[in-house]
Amino acid sequence: MEWEVVIGLEVHVQLATQSKIFSGASTAFGADPNTQACAVDLAMPGTLPVPNEEAFRFAVMFGLAMNAEIGKRSVFERKNYFYPDLPKGYQTTQLEQPIVGKGQIEIHLEDGSSKTVRLHHAHLEEDAGKSLHDAVFDTGHGMSGIDLNRAGTPLIEIVSEPDMRSAAEAVAYLKKIHSIVTYLGISDGDMSQGSLRCDANVSVRLKGEEELGTRTEIKNLNSFRFIEKAIKVEAQRQIDLIEDGGKVVQETRLYDADKNETRSMRSKEVANDYRYFPCPDLLPVVLSDEYVEQIRGDLPELPDAKCARFEKEYGLSAYDADQLTQERPTANYFEQVAAKSGEAKLAANWVMGELAALLNREEKSIEQSPVNAEHLAGLIARIKDGTISSKIAKQVFEAMANGDGDADAVIEAKGLKQVSDTGAIEKLVDDVIAASTAQVENYRNADPDKRPKMMGFFVGQIMKASKGQANPQMINKILKEKLDALL
Amino acid sequence: MAVDAQTIEKLAELARIAISEETIDEVSSRLGDVLQLVDQLQAVNTDGVEPMAHPLDEVQVLRKDAVTEPNRREAFLALAPQSEAGLYLVPKVID
Repeated sequence: MEWEVVIGLEVHVQLATQSKIFSGASTAFGADPNTQACAVDLAMPGTLPVPNEEAFRFAVMFGLAMNAEIGKRSVFERKNYFYPDLPKGYQTTQLEQPIVGKGQIEIHLEDGSSKTVRLHHAHLEEDAGKSLHDAVFDTGHGMSGIDLNRAGTPLIEIVSEPDMRSAAEAVAYLKKIHSIVTYLGISDGDMSQGSLRCDANVSVRLKGEEELGTRTEIKNLNSFRFIEKAIKVEAQRQIDLIEDGGKVVQETRLYDADKNETRSMRSKEVANDYRYFPCPDLLPVVLSDEYVEQIRGDLPELPDAKCARFEKEYGLSAYDADQLTQERPTANYFEQVAAKSGEAKLAANWVMGELAALLNREEKSIEQSPVNAEHLAGLIARIKDGTISSKIAKQVFEAMANGDGDADAVIEAKGLKQVSDTGAIEKLVDDVIAASTAQVENYRNADPDKRPKMMGFFVGQIMKASKGQANPQMINKILKEKLDALL
Repeated sequence: MAVDAQTIEKLAELARIAISEETIDEVSSRLGDVLQLVDQLQAVNTDGVEPMAHPLDEVQVLRKDAVTEPNRREAFLALAPQSEAGLYLVPKVID
């Protein structure tokens, strides 16, 4: 039996406003508990919400970037449930008339293919506070601690159609959402701080089947890696269950990263009746056509447009252009290196190769890169003008990463300049030929077709003797002349 | 029309209110009256009438994005039955 996995994602994105969606309390991350929770956030009697204009502007920017319909008239509703981190007893959210309607985006997969994922809608709502349990906060008397700093932080919840068919597609979609919100500057997108969180609806069905299987919802996935693993393990659990004659139960599940399994969250099942109704404290929000069009005019260049421009302007492959434009800071860095060095392709290779490896190794973002764009451009310029070989360039790069200055300073200080002097290279070649009588003999007796391959040994010896500094093109040329002269 | 006891119990659970056995009948008939009123409203022809989100025919005024609220944690914490280390304490909740 061939199974098909069907995935829809609900992504919560915290908007980067200064103040909360319905109050003037700060949204800054990391403050002391409850120092940013005002009377409105605490649901004190008599308080009333006043919506933050910036949250609407950000939501409209997102909608336009998703090619979505904009809800020029949107309405807030109350989603009722009791939990200690939600003081009002309801979450103010949108249901029937959300700020962003249907839309679609293109996602790019690792095999180079693309796919369109439809957006069901996106709505504005408020975040809840945080409950701290004994793992992080031990009162010693079996209580939970409540921090309401996060309560009322503006969120957009982005709901996709069930259009994804693998964990990899789900990750590609989420990366695209991440890319769009950070390009727009409407969220910092920091998953480790909960700025972007994801719930995955997962079901399985036999390939070719039209009807969707019963789905489960995996809650609170907070890294790309966990999302991929959680979806894979949950899909497999459902397949095993059905193949063993069981039935999938519609429920909320939690992913346990340590055990790499999902488990049922029974407590959430009981009260799954939110009794939505329009919030009487808030009037409908109406946005004018001019307002929306002005926001459209102010949108920055988005990842897809930037990707297309990189292909055209810099002659990059679709894959390279996509990789470089996923995150705005990477795209900016690349453009600086390309402009300063005048070598877009080399710049692309270095940014995605050595630089990415360095940042990965040191767990740094490109904004914290120990090698800045100007230094990398300087290094590429020296490869281009033949001062150093690509191999030596890696050595120079490492030195720059260690803070030894720019490329020219490193090359000078370490004496790494490429040897392109004919006399010097001839001497190196002569020395190696003289010291390798057996290999020379083999070369002479070999089939002419096999000789080019056999040159590798000599090139290697010569490179070693020159400490990697001899110009490889010149070695090849001189070596071939000298060996051929011996035939 | 009365609301059955099971529904009353579920509503009470969702609203976190205690309804004793003895009062279920009374609550049931009073809720039934409310529903009857709703049924009367349902009978009105609303073809072509846009659903109303709010009785005031006004639109929401929005506020500029600025931090205006000072930290009044100690005053608020003092109102809570229990607090510790700047946190409100509640009976243990965990999923």
